[in-house]
Amino acid sequence: MRAFTSLTARAAVLDRPDVDTDQIIPKQFLKRIERTGYGEFLFFDWRQDPDFELNRPGCDGARILLTGPNFGCGSSREHAAWSLQDYGFDVVIAPSFGDIFFTNSVQIGLVPVVLHQAQVKELMESAGSGLDLTVDIESQTVADSFGRSFTFEMDPFVRHCLLNGLDSIALTLQYEDAIGAFEARTTQPVATTTL
Amino acid sequence: MAKTLFDRIWEAHVVREADDEPALLYIDLHLIHEVTSAQAFEGLRLAGRQVRRPDRSLATMDHNVPTTPGPIEDPLAKAQLEALRTNCAEFDVPLYATGSGREGIVHVIGPELGVTQPGMTIVCGDSHTSTHGAFGALAFGIGTSEVEHVLATQTLPRPRPRSMRILYVGELPFGVTPKDVILGTIGRIGVGGAVGHVLEYAGDPIRALSMEGRLTICNMSIEAGARAGMIAPDDTTFAYLEGRPGAPKGADWEQALDRWRELRTDDDATFDTEVVIDVAELEPQVTWGTNPGMVLPVGGVVPDPAEIEDADERAAVERALVYMDLEPGVALRDIALDRVFIGSCTNARIEDLRAAAGVVDGKRVNPRIRAMVVPGSAVVKRQAEDEGLDRVFESAGFEWRNAGCSMCLGMNPDVLAPGERCASTSNRNFEGRQGRGGRTHLVSPVMAAAAAIAGHFVDVRDWDRVAA
Repeated sequence: MRAFTSLTARAAVLDRPDVDTDQIIPKQFLKRIERTGYGEFLFFDWRQDPDFELNRPGCDGARILLTGPNFGCGSSREHAAWSLQDYGFDVVIAPSFGDIFFTNSVQIGLVPVVLHQAQVKELMESAGSGLDLTVDIESQTVADSFGRSFTFEMDPFVRHCLLNGLDSIALTLQYEDAIGAFEARTTQPVATTTL
Repeated sequence: MAKTLFDRIWEAHVVREADDEPALLYIDLHLIHEVTSAQAFEGLRLAGRQVRRPDRSLATMDHNVPTTPGPIEDPLAKAQLEALRTNCAEFDVPLYATGSGREGIVHVIGPELGVTQPGMTIVCGDSHTSTHGAFGALAFGIGTSEVEHVLATQTLPRPRPRSMRILYVGELPFGVTPKDVILGTIGRIGVGGAVGHVLEYAGDPIRALSMEGRLTICNMSIEAGARAGMIAPDDTTFAYLEGRPGAPKGADWEQALDRWRELRTDDDATFDTEVVIDVAELEPQVTWGTNPGMVLPVGGVVPDPAEIEDADERAAVERALVYMDLEPGVALRDIALDRVFIGSCTNARIEDLRAAAGVVDGKRVNPRIRAMVVPGSAVVKRQAEDEGLDRVFESAGFEWRNAGCSMCLGMNPDVLAPGERCASTSNRNFEGRQGRGGRTHLVSPVMAAAAAIAGHFVDVRDWDRVAA
């Protein structure tokens, strides 16, 4: 995955709570066996409405998404993170995320940033009045071009992986000996190949 | 130090720990289906990696498969199922394909094959993997990148989650089922109420439940936002497992029992969050909105957004009512239905089908309604047919289908038409979940069965009077 340090860009506002991954990418697009090309299906049903937030003028070219709590709840489909990234988003800022969506995002380098709800609301105002936002995960800050700035918490390992664009499978494979030793000292509960 | 059930399982699976890094957690069982695995196998191929432990992996076909006999017509679904077949053959992963006799919804076949066992770590590229926690396993859903990670390494890096106990007290009233318990719980704590937590469901009302009931409860942990949900194993668990194909045999069984009996939460263990729920206060539940937390007792009325103070919550309720085409103040019992779906990894096990059949036996589905029953697995289907349940459903006017995920998520030909309203025993009432423009109300199997007969929601506690 690609490394991320900071980004200054336009932000789109989707001020809704509990946006589930079925809305982010409806099921009919989960039959494809590719990893790419999902951007055109992002929020497919909602985008049919001309008044949908992302259809509004000013959202063109947005690379940051500001949204409500529990974003990405529901289904584990990684297609949700793929579609956001493929559409052009590099960062999603929300008061909280569905756990699986959060992990999926980190896996592909889509940066999930958690801020307090009141701070997200303030940034929504900034974005609504046309200000660009700067997200920096080295300094762990989000700022608007008017000088409003907030710091956020980020798990040090998540931050390390995002900053360096690390392949987490390659990281784990460094510990193959430890995995082998674990397997040697524990009992096998069931062999699926012998049922 | 006092430990929880979760602590015991977690600590027994840590391969490696270091400061400022997540633990590397060993995965005992990796369940696989067609929708979230193709890109993971392709990733392995591109990197020249192998499946580390095919003998701890198990695949089946469930999401895409049609539930009527005959060939698959959708070319994309067919290609995805073919990809699974090819990938499993290439990487030596055991596969229960359609027609094998052991296929079914991945969260139904794991327990019924006896491969879901107490104390295990279990993952699958599906959020309802939490289901398997009913056996006292740590089971959670993952995305495709992590499916690839587990295929390649049989491990996952994971930060330690927070813990939450839902302690149930009281006695479950007549007509109130495990589905109502979990819907009522989500209604109370909210769809984000357990984010970042592993849940333990505890208390006498849980002990009194069958494995099927416990599976229903753990299944919907994810709908409260939890990473996983679990129930300590006991004699009910062991009796369910004994003799199943994957269960230990002979001396191994006795040794396994000794290990499994240790899997419990110490009396003096503490949780980050604790919630107490008196099940005696619960009633049969019906969702009215577009997430599982938008739920009320069947005697209730559609809520009025004007009475909600919080602006964000009010806006969410207003949006939900527009989508659901419901007016505030309408009695849930007066909501007329078009479809009834009995199925899914939440409620398509043999007990669910028996309970629903008990309600419809000798009656007729309302002529306005199209109703279907989709068994959770080929094994459940055979067992139900051996018991004559298929004839009960069919003579009442239900369609009796082959196993699969079916209309829970509508990735196959079973979908709602735009505007259709469905009473469903599944787990998600999200917009468009069962078909674009479709409207889903989540209920228990007995509530769905009664609604199919009546044509609208009824309180199953009154069923004898209503049906008379």
